[in-house]
Amino acid sequence: MLKMTHLSKVYRTEVVETYALRDFNINVNEGEFVAVTGPSGSGKTTFLTIAGLLETFTGGQYHLDGVEVSNLNDNERSKIRNEKIGFIFQAFNLIPDLNVYDNVEVPLRYRGMKSPERKDRIMNALERVGLASRAKHYPAELSGGQQQRVAIARALAGSPRLLLADEPTGNLDTQMARGVMELLEEIHREGATIVMVTHDPELAARAQRNVHIIDGQVVDLAEDPRFHHAVHSARANSPA
Amino acid sequence: MSGMFVHNLRLGTNSLRRNPLLTALMIMSIGFGVAASMVTYAVFRAVSGDPIPQKSAQLFAPQIDNRGPQYNREGEPPDALNYTDAMALMRAHKATRQTLLFQVGLSVTPDDAHRMPFKALGYATYGDFFPMFDVPFQYGDGWGAEQDQGREPVVVISRALNQKLFGGENSVGRRLMLEDRQYRIVGVTENWDPKPRFFDMFSGNAYADPPQVYIPFTYAIDQRIDTYGNNNCGSDGKRGNDFDSWLRGECVWISPWVELNTADQVQAFRQFLDGYAEEQRKAGRFNWAPNNRLRDVHAWLDHEHAVPPESRISLSLALGFLLICLVNTIGLLLAKFMRRAPEIGVRRALGASRADIYRQFLAEAAMVGLAGGVLGLVLTGAGMFGVGLVFEPQIARLAHLDISLVALTLLLAIAATVLAAFYPTWRAAQVQPAWQLKSN
Repeated sequence: MLKMTHLSKVYRTEVVETYALRDFNINVNEGEFVAVTGPSGSGKTTFLTIAGLLETFTGGQYHLDGVEVSNLNDNERSKIRNEKIGFIFQAFNLIPDLNVYDNVEVPLRYRGMKSPERKDRIMNALERVGLASRAKHYPAELSGGQQQRVAIARALAGSPRLLLADEPTGNLDTQMARGVMELLEEIHREGATIVMVTHDPELAARAQRNVHIIDGQVVDLAEDPRFHHAVHSARANSPA
Repeated sequence: MSGMFVHNLRLGTNSLRRNPLLTALMIMSIGFGVAASMVTYAVFRAVSGDPIPQKSAQLFAPQIDNRGPQYNREGEPPDALNYTDAMALMRAHKATRQTLLFQVGLSVTPDDAHRMPFKALGYATYGDFFPMFDVPFQYGDGWGAEQDQGREPVVVISRALNQKLFGGENSVGRRLMLEDRQYRIVGVTENWDPKPRFFDMFSGNAYADPPQVYIPFTYAIDQRIDTYGNNNCGSDGKRGNDFDSWLRGECVWISPWVELNTADQVQAFRQFLDGYAEEQRKAGRFNWAPNNRLRDVHAWLDHEHAVPPESRISLSLALGFLLICLVNTIGLLLAKFMRRAPEIGVRRALGASRADIYRQFLAEAAMVGLAGGVLGLVLTGAGMFGVGLVFEPQIARLAHLDISLVALTLLLAIAATVLAAFYPTWRAAQVQPAWQLKSN
């Protein structure tokens, strides 16, 4: 589903070159649930934004669903983002001036979907996250957990094959975080491929596979006993 | 596509409602800029239009230099003819149609003895005047060459004068007392008032009230009716002691017009003018080389500066003001759009292309433009009352808010705002979604 080979991302200024990703290799299969972990500044979010075609890369190759994306133009990248990828962000990123219904509708509008189909999809997605009754509410009228559920509904409404989540529970308390995580697991069970960036070892433990990034490179977890131990402990304590 | 356009307009309207102060500033900026431009344009349009578009390329004003270079400004011959040259032009009869005219002011004595006499302005001219200038008639028609040659007391009156004297009835065949002479009415014109009145620029009547009477030139001369318009005898010229010496003198006061339908005719007429001037030189009347002009209506209006300089200046100033307003609007739109960088980032992440962002934000700008246009219309309407403060009353009253100006105001407001929005929208479309989302 997602394959990056020798990928690099360099931020250049007049005096310095900073490698956000360096010789970065990753392969995520269709239907996988992968957690991406790593310390702050390691390149996790850069990886995610490149994976989501929100940012270009400097070198290497990136195949998304079998398509080499480096030569795509803005329209083609936008179309892939719209049709194949769903985003869930730590800060929810709902549009404050739109109500819940209109927020979920945004990606469907860009797909050029007819109104009745949009309505069906929106209401199904909202029912799935338990917020159908809040369709006319504005983001500011919802709790953090509810806002994140709206963001998930927005990502789900377009039936994406790849769901990219950046610290989806980072701004939530434990109970809300658990609810969001259960929702992601449910979505995964239904066949979606999920790549989730997280700092939280407990969340990482609930993914099928963990990928660890340090200094812009994927490192083998087996070579990092401290992290290996943390993941084991988390798995042992996990109720699931 | 149209669904998305409507959706974008709705988003734009909602967005404008959210920042009422910023929105009001933008709308006022556009509204005032557009209104200033439209008010001055309304005047400019009125004074710079083609008064006779169907024939302006076939009607020519001949000029003959009867004074010599020492009296001419920038080498230009006088703007009118003296009686001698005017008569020579009519006798030669070299054009398809030709006429002479001078302004007359005649006292009208109504049949009803209880009504006071009043002054009616008009022209002494030849019968060709009416078909040459496509004068429309309500009743009857102009007179013909027969009446010109017969020096008959016939008259054509305007619809307004006919209304005043005869209650609008068909007055053809009735008698009219002008300056104690009885005339037979042969025609009643429609409300005909080309602006500027290209055929009488010499007497400064470009924007004067419509003419009310037309009488035969030949009869007017016989009756020694003096000109009510300008009479230019040069810096040291003399009018003479009586009417006959005035006619024989070099004072210019007659506006000549000829209709020439082909380039060959124009060429031939130029040759005729030069030949005539050469004859006059040989006869000892002119001591200078032929210095004639033959201008069509457009060239004539340019030569006569029919568009008042204050009209051009005020239009330029207003357009400059509109430009400043637009620059101001660019700044306000930029502030408004960039404040929404996070929203743009989210939309881009969810599948909006740069083109989608352009469409959304330009639609929003169009809504600002439309609102600015509506305000501009109100201010333009109000501004029409203030035109008289800047322009002479006879010019100011020509400016009016008609349907074409309403459409132009709205179109200008929307187009100008959308144009002003291109830079802010370009900046909005350049928002990097990754950075926006990371920074959140």
